Parts: sequence; structure tokens; C-alpha cells
Amino acid sequence: MDILTNIDVIRQDFPILTQRVHNRPLVYLDNAATTQKPWSVIQKIEEGYTKQNANVHRGVHFLSQMATEAHEAARVTVQQFLGAAHAHEIIFTRGTTESINLVAASFGETFLKQGDEVIVSEMEHHSNIVPWQLLQQRKGIIIKVIPFNEAGELDLQAYASLFSDRTKLVAVNHVSNVLGTINPVQQIIQIAHHNNVPVLIDGAQSVPHIAVNVQELDADFYVFSGHKIYGPTGIGVLYGKEKWLDAMVPYQGGGEMIAQVSFEKTTFNELPYKFEAGTPDFIGSTALAEAIRYVQNIGMDQIAAYETYLLNYATDKLQQLGDVRFFGTSSHKSAVISMQVGNIHHYDMGTLLDKLGIALRTGHHCAQPIMQHFGIEGTLRASFALYNTTQEIDALVAGIQRVKQLF
Amino acid sequence: MTINQLQDEIIEDFAIFDDWFDKYSRIIELGNELPAFPDDKKLPENLIEGCQSKVWIDAHLDDNGHIIFQGDSDAVIVKGILALLLQVVNDHTPKEILDTDLYFINEIGLKEHLSPTRSNGLLAMVKQIKFYAIAFNR
Repeated sequence: MDILTNIDVIRQDFPILTQRVHNRPLVYLDNAATTQKPWSVIQKIEEGYTKQNANVHRGVHFLSQMATEAHEAARVTVQQFLGAAHAHEIIFTRGTTESINLVAASFGETFLKQGDEVIVSEMEHHSNIVPWQLLQQRKGIIIKVIPFNEAGELDLQAYASLFSDRTKLVAVNHVSNVLGTINPVQQIIQIAHHNNVPVLIDGAQSVPHIAVNVQELDADFYVFSGHKIYGPTGIGVLYGKEKWLDAMVPYQGGGEMIAQVSFEKTTFNELPYKFEAGTPDFIGSTALAEAIRYVQNIGMDQIAAYETYLLNYATDKLQQLGDVRFFGTSSHKSAVISMQVGNIHHYDMGTLLDKLGIALRTGHHCAQPIMQHFGIEGTLRASFALYNTTQEIDALVAGIQRVKQLF
Repeated sequence: MTINQLQDEIIEDFAIFDDWFDKYSRIIELGNELPAFPDDKKLPENLIEGCQSKVWIDAHLDDNGHIIFQGDSDAVIVKGILALLLQVVNDHTPKEILDTDLYFINEIGLKEHLSPTRSNGLLAMVKQIKFYAIAFNR
């Protein structure tokens, strides 16, 4: 579906967009933090609770069967969306953060020993730094960091030189939540595999915006959050190659993840249930599948092309202001703009733009190493989604001009 | 003037602003007018680190037993609100400050800046003002 010619219809799918904030039309440009939900997703959640709510698996009754089928069908939807080989390679989690923590805990427990090394990048979100630091404290592993250049692009030469015979895992993001850089993950994975090292890709900022195929990438783990792709909060995905997931110890213990329990010996369930202790968020999973159908219906390539159009339009308009400093200027970028306007502090700018109904994010965006790289405290970040318009970008630019009058 | 008289004065001053633009231009003006905070006082122990902005505060007791506060922030709006807070509490005794309810922030519609979710350091700074008062009250 061509988004530009259908933008009015698409916007009607998102009820929140007609809301007024401080008596002005909402201009929502904080999509890298979370996206708004289309009616189809909202209705799916309602339908889940009004028509098929019963605990999944094990139940012999009608509603439980229905809920189980919907939950497992959602797994297949995610599998096909990511191009995974098997549905049981899709683990439902609470989100990207939990997915990474799961891998850090279970892969870490199974494969990492004191002195082993994990490679991350300088542009990671804290959720792909801190789980490894916890492992560092627990197991004495070493964290190595891939640096990025002034444009916000990873230094692949430096990356290749970080490998040693103690390197056990690479964990990098596909798209930076601050710089917008689309990292060359295929190349990153090839280099790692050449060194016999598996790779985890944090796809929180890529999956909603560009087509991803985990088999083509040959990613060992790929993680994302439902709420950033027009789905509900509290549901996320861990894709893992069967061979790794099979070998890894469970993450949490409880119901669902077991085969047999006795006080002498407990055996664990097969994939994916081994990693899904407790009642899963089966309403969330089915609503996530609905969100995936929504973006698939429009087409990931159409979304990527439209958002690139928005990115170029916005970059151009903001550049014309003359005093905007951009952080992340790679030619290979997703629709995220981190900036500083003149000497105006991001808190001041964000607070005043909010008064104009414009929602942006300010601060360090949970990626303080990026701030340290540039020697700044924070940025003003505009991040776009498929329902944003050039008129909203015009409103942002006019808003910034208005705020500048105050200084 | 008592602390409450000072608060009421601010409320009266701000009553003339019926539009956010004017109100914030006044706050920004106040922020810019705040006396310079000496660099040598920008010490870690004077820093209140918010997620969004930083606030520095320093205090000493003068010969009359009144607390003299000095403060700064890297964000001008935060600095402006800080200026208002200091205008209210400065040059009062520890006891007076401890007995104070800072109601003017709500009254002039700046409550959101003192919300814990804002994480700009202001809320922690109000606590810090009270801590200074407790310390000097001994």
C-alpha cells in the first residue's frame, strides 16, 4: 500500500492521533520510545478478554483450546515475519530487555566462564549493556566495545580486531535508538561467524521499520519489543537458533516449562516452553500478531521507503534552521533524528515543544555511552512512524522557531 | 517578608500571564538573571543529578542565623524555577524553612516540573533545601 497517498486513511486507524494536547493537535514524534496502536490491535485485545480468555495449554475445555490456538498461531505469525526456520525458535518474553536478559542469563550460565569475552558496541541501549555487566559481576567475563565514528557508524576494522579465542558472543543493535544508524549486521554476523562466535541482534528499533529475515542474516539471536511495532506493551520476542536454545539452561522455573517434576529430579519441557515459565501473555501475543499483520498489510518496504522520505524531509527542514547540530549522520539511517538546537538545553526545548502539542524525547535515551562519545548530556530526539506526516514535521520546525524566540 | 508573603507575591506576579508563552518567557528571564554560581562550587557534593538536567545547590548560614542558598542548573527553565524557589526560601532561618509548605509552585502551574517523573533534579533539590535546614537547625 502506498502510504503517502493513503496517509489520511492510515491515520484514521490510530484513534489516539486525533487527540488534542494542551489544546493543540497532537504531533507524536516519540515513536522510538513507543508507537501508537491501530484499532485492529486494540480490538484484538478486547476480543481476547471478551471472547476467548482462558489459560493456554493443558486445558481440555473449549475456551482454553481457542486461546492456545490463538497464542500458537501468533508464534507462527512471528516466525514467518522474522523468516525463522521453526516456530519453536520464537520465545515470547516481556520485551527486548527481557529477551536480552534471558540470553545473558541462560547463554551466559551455559557457555561463559571467567575471562570469556562478550563484544558489544558503543552505541548500545543500556538494555544491551547492563545485562552483560551483571554477568561480568557474576562470572568475571570481559566486555569489549566496538567504537563508532563521528557520523555514528561502527568501526568494523576495530570490531574485527576485538576477537580473541575467548570471545563467546557478539551483541549489537540493528538500528541505534539515538543515532538512527542502520548497522551492517549481516557483515557483523559474518565476521563473528568467521571467528566461530554467535551473534545477538537487538532489533527493537529495526523490526518496526525495515524488513528483517533472521535466516538471511544468519543471526543466532534476534530480539524485539511488541510495543514499538504498534503492538501492546509487555510482550516481546526472542528468536534463537534451535541449536543454541536447546543447549541453554532454562531462564526461570515454574509451570509450563517443565516435563516432569519430582523432588528428586525435574525434567524440562521442549522448546519453546522451556523458556516460557508461568502463564504467558497470550492476549499480548495475539495482539502482537495482529500488529504484525497490520504492518505486513502495508508492506515493510513501503514503510521503510515512506519513513526514509519523512527522514529526508525533516533533516532538510531542520538543517535550514541553520543552528541545528545532528548526532548520527550516517547515509544508512532509520527515521530517528537526534539533535541540539543552538545552545538551548534539551529539557527546555522539550518542555516548550510539549506546550505546542509536540511530543519528542529528551535526555540521554538510555544510551549514555553515546552521550559520552559526543561529550554532551542529552539530545532532543524526533523519531518517526508510518503514520507521521510532512505537515507534522512542518509543525515541529515552526515549533522550534517559536521556542527559539524565547531565548 | 515572611516565606508565605513571598510566595503570595510570586502567585500575584504570575496571575497576569494567561498564556504559557508569556509565563515561560518570564521563567527563562528569571533563569538568566539568577546570580552566577561559582565554578569552584560545582562540586560533586553540590550536584543533584536528574535524568534530564543537572542542579547544583550550595548553602551557608550567615551571621544572623539565616540560610543563604545559591544554585544553578544547565537547563534554563529549571534554573528559572530554581530562582523562584530561592527567592522564597533565601535569607530565612532553618526553622522557618522547615515549617514551610511550598504551595506557590502548584498555584502558578509549574507542578509538572516537580513531578518525580520529570527527573530534572528539582524535586530532589527541594528535599536538599530541607536537608540543609535540618542540618543548620541543630
